[in-house]
Amino acid sequence: MSTLLLTEDETMLQDAARGFLDGAAPVSHLRKLRDTGQTHDAKLWAEMAQMGWTGVLVPEAAGGSDMGHAAACVLAGELGKTLVTSPFISTAVIAATALRQVATDRARDALASIAAGDVIYGLAVDEGHKHDPEGAQLAARAEGNGFRLSGTKGFVVDGGNADRLLVLAKTDAGLTLFDLPADREGITRTGQNMVDARDAATVQFDNVQATGDDVLGAVDDAMTVLRPALEAGQAALSAEMLGLSAGAFAMTVGYLKERKQFGVEIGRFQALQHRAAHLWSETEITLSAVRHAGRKLDEDPANATLAVSLAKARATQTAKLAVIEGVQMHGGIGMTDDFDMGFFMKRARVATEWLGDYGYHAAKVAAARGF
Amino acid sequence: MSEDASETFRTEVRTWLEENCPHEMRDGASGEDAIVWGGRNWKFTSDAQKLWLDRMADKGWTVPNWPVEYGGAGLDRAHHKILIEEMREIGARVPLQSFGIWMLGPALLAFGSHEQKLQYLPPIARGEVRWCQGYSEPGAGSDLASVQTKADSDGDHYIVNGQKIWTSYADKADCIFALVRTDRDAPKHLGITFLLIDMETPGVTTKPIRLISGKSPFCETFFDDVRVPKANVVGTENRGWDVAKHLLTHEREMISGGGQGLLGGRALGAILSAQENGLSDPVLRTEAMACEIDALAVALTLERYKDQAESGGGVGDASAMLKYAGTELNKRRHELMMSAGGADALTWDGKHDGLASDWLRTKANSIEGGTSEVMLSIISRRVLGLPA
Ligand SMILES: Cc1cc2nc3c(=O)[nH]c(=O)nc-3n(C[C@H](O)[C@H](O)[C@H](O)COP(=O)(O)OP(=O)(O)OC[C@H]3O[C@@H](n4cnc5c(N)ncnc54)[C@H](O)[C@@H]3O)c2cc1C
Ligand SMILES: Cc1cc2nc3c(=O)[nH]c(=O)nc-3n(C[C@H](O)[C@H](O)[C@H](O)COP(=O)(O)OP(=O)(O)OC[C@H]3O[C@@H](n4cnc5c(N)ncnc54)[C@H](O)[C@@H]3O)c2cc1C
Repeated sequence: MSTLLLTEDETMLQDAARGFLDGAAPVSHLRKLRDTGQTHDAKLWAEMAQMGWTGVLVPEAAGGSDMGHAAACVLAGELGKTLVTSPFISTAVIAATALRQVATDRARDALASIAAGDVIYGLAVDEGHKHDPEGAQLAARAEGNGFRLSGTKGFVVDGGNADRLLVLAKTDAGLTLFDLPADREGITRTGQNMVDARDAATVQFDNVQATGDDVLGAVDDAMTVLRPALEAGQAALSAEMLGLSAGAFAMTVGYLKERKQFGVEIGRFQALQHRAAHLWSETEITLSAVRHAGRKLDEDPANATLAVSLAKARATQTAKLAVIEGVQMHGGIGMTDDFDMGFFMKRARVATEWLGDYGYHAAKVAAARGF
Repeated sequence: MSEDASETFRTEVRTWLEENCPHEMRDGASGEDAIVWGGRNWKFTSDAQKLWLDRMADKGWTVPNWPVEYGGAGLDRAHHKILIEEMREIGARVPLQSFGIWMLGPALLAFGSHEQKLQYLPPIARGEVRWCQGYSEPGAGSDLASVQTKADSDGDHYIVNGQKIWTSYADKADCIFALVRTDRDAPKHLGITFLLIDMETPGVTTKPIRLISGKSPFCETFFDDVRVPKANVVGTENRGWDVAKHLLTHEREMISGGGQGLLGGRALGAILSAQENGLSDPVLRTEAMACEIDALAVALTLERYKDQAESGGGVGDASAMLKYAGTELNKRRHELMMSAGGADALTWDGKHDGLASDWLRTKANSIEGGTSEVMLSIISRRVLGLPA
């Protein structure tokens, strides 16, 4: 397997991404969207497409740059550092990976639309308060040549802005994944008022008609397509959370060097120094797990579950520590809405729950390690 | 290395190991009885043990990454990894381990003269000379630069007087690398010299200290008018602190390596499955899971830093992080193993033979080679740039 160091191409991608995002989407960009009640910036998304980011996992034949999962993780990490609001993970990572598992013209066209930045996807999998794809209850009843979908999905990230939805439904003998236009008759979307100020929706399906063409992969066999897509998303989300941790940490260390109390910089107090050093160590260790997940998805995707769950488990813990310490070490100012640390804390919480929290992924690691 | 070249090397290694590794040395054993530390007075426990060491030393594979002229095989990391993998594949024992390999060797490679390298490295590689580390003193532990053992000039010799403490295996070692004070007026970091001393020199004595684990692997070491040639200085007089620090980064990497070397690792999985009905206690199971997650991530981090060192990036002060994380994890793992073993793990022998002793020994991991608190301070100052 390749090393856990960034390749030259990945380093260039990282530098380019950082350069662009520092100008186009610093944390103040998220603040502006929130304050104006928006959850999407179409211009930013178009620019991301122009730079080839939306096609990072799309084959070259479909107009993508096909740089791979490790590269997608690099981008997600940079997006995380300044909490960039975009449907990158739902669309360019999860939907693209799902569509790649299917060799139809329709899937190829959909991939081309993703690369071009012409479509936003949302993943409608969960129904309860915890990530549980296997537990999907939304029913797709066979009718004539097609299906009728009824039920409700919640916490559909980017579901409000989505043009299309990947919907997991229960069919006669298993689970089936549908790829539906979000405005199909019978679908009602309600925006959720999320703590991180980003897009998530409750989506209701009221006897929604679907044809065999709308099925992604095979009927009763959603997981062949969905598992790789979820794992790709989980790896990228881990990278985003690690980026978020690094962003919060940089603010915190900067503050320790600048804030004076008792006549000296508070960074002179060993009580804070050691906690900052511990936090940095945790960040470094999680970085290895995240890099490993990206490499594993690129080089041995059929056996990536352990690597991906390890990354997500570590990333949730590290992000939690980074934002808790981030607020604490800033003292009173860390609690204010005017200050950015709260945005990091809220995004960390949402990203923790999305696609499986610590317990979910720890159980997967435990199973893979045989205890 | 191309795919082809690496496959060719792998085949060569496999064939050689098949022909040369004695069957008794293929049990994967890494316990006290299996370890070869080497040295003038070393007693091999079997002929096979000696044969294995000699054959590996002839290949340069006791120190695969050292240059050939100093007893190594000049392997880069990719080749070295293949060798390790192939050894693991057949359960080959590590033929030799020593402070010479882990600590003095890297320091000599970086700071020694060509003559010193030729003189000291090959005997380390062959397991002929065993070294110990004379850093700590009763008054200089974490504050290592406060060492007081003095070396006064006397022509082309020094006269050394003073005391070291916690010197691991001093009573078994042939030689000691020591930090001595050669300038008492200079600032404390600038008056230290890195000196090589033969333990058979008149005036050197040792006194064992017993550990809480019941073993007594370390000693007090006394120097009483010990004459040492000035040619035994590594680097420059009064600039020994640079050598000392370089060596410490290697020592820390080694200690952080979990499961190898000083850490004395036991796999968590092994003990968990030894429990009668699996891990029935849900709290213990959860903690074990969390420990396993962190252990996997720390292992990947070691890999990443090795890759970085190999690519010329160096590890530098991040070795403090590896040491901190690796040792704290090892302590945590052993606490869990003791919990899993329950009453069965409370005897010095019996079902979990040696576990209690290992568990106690791991408590030293976060002390030896620099304490966890010192590691955090190093990270805070040198990596994060926080004010001292
Ligand atoms: C919700 C809220 C309500 C409040 N209500 C009131 C109120 O009604 N009236 C009022 O007067 N104040 C109030 N405060 C202010 C509160 O008392 C201060 O925020 C608190 O004393 C910390 O001071 P600071 O914010 O300046 O942080 P700083 O003192 O700048 O501390 C920053 C960080 O450095 C650490 N630190 C500072 N000195 C040391 C040291 N010597 N050693 C180790 N670590 C150190 C702190 O623990 C903290 O983590 C309120 C604050 C909040 C958040
Ligand atoms: C099993 C074992 C083997 C060893 N082998 C060797 C050997 O072969 N050769 C050798 O030279 N030495 C050896 N040592 C010694 C080891 O390097 C020292 O024990 C270590 O450096 C700590 O020094 P100390 O014991 O004097 O503790 P102290 O320095 O007195 O520390 C006591 C406590 O205070 C804390 N502390 C000290 N300074 C600070 C600070 N500035 N900020 C915060 N906390 C601080 C420490 O972290 C520790 O918790 C060995 C030790 C052990 C346990």
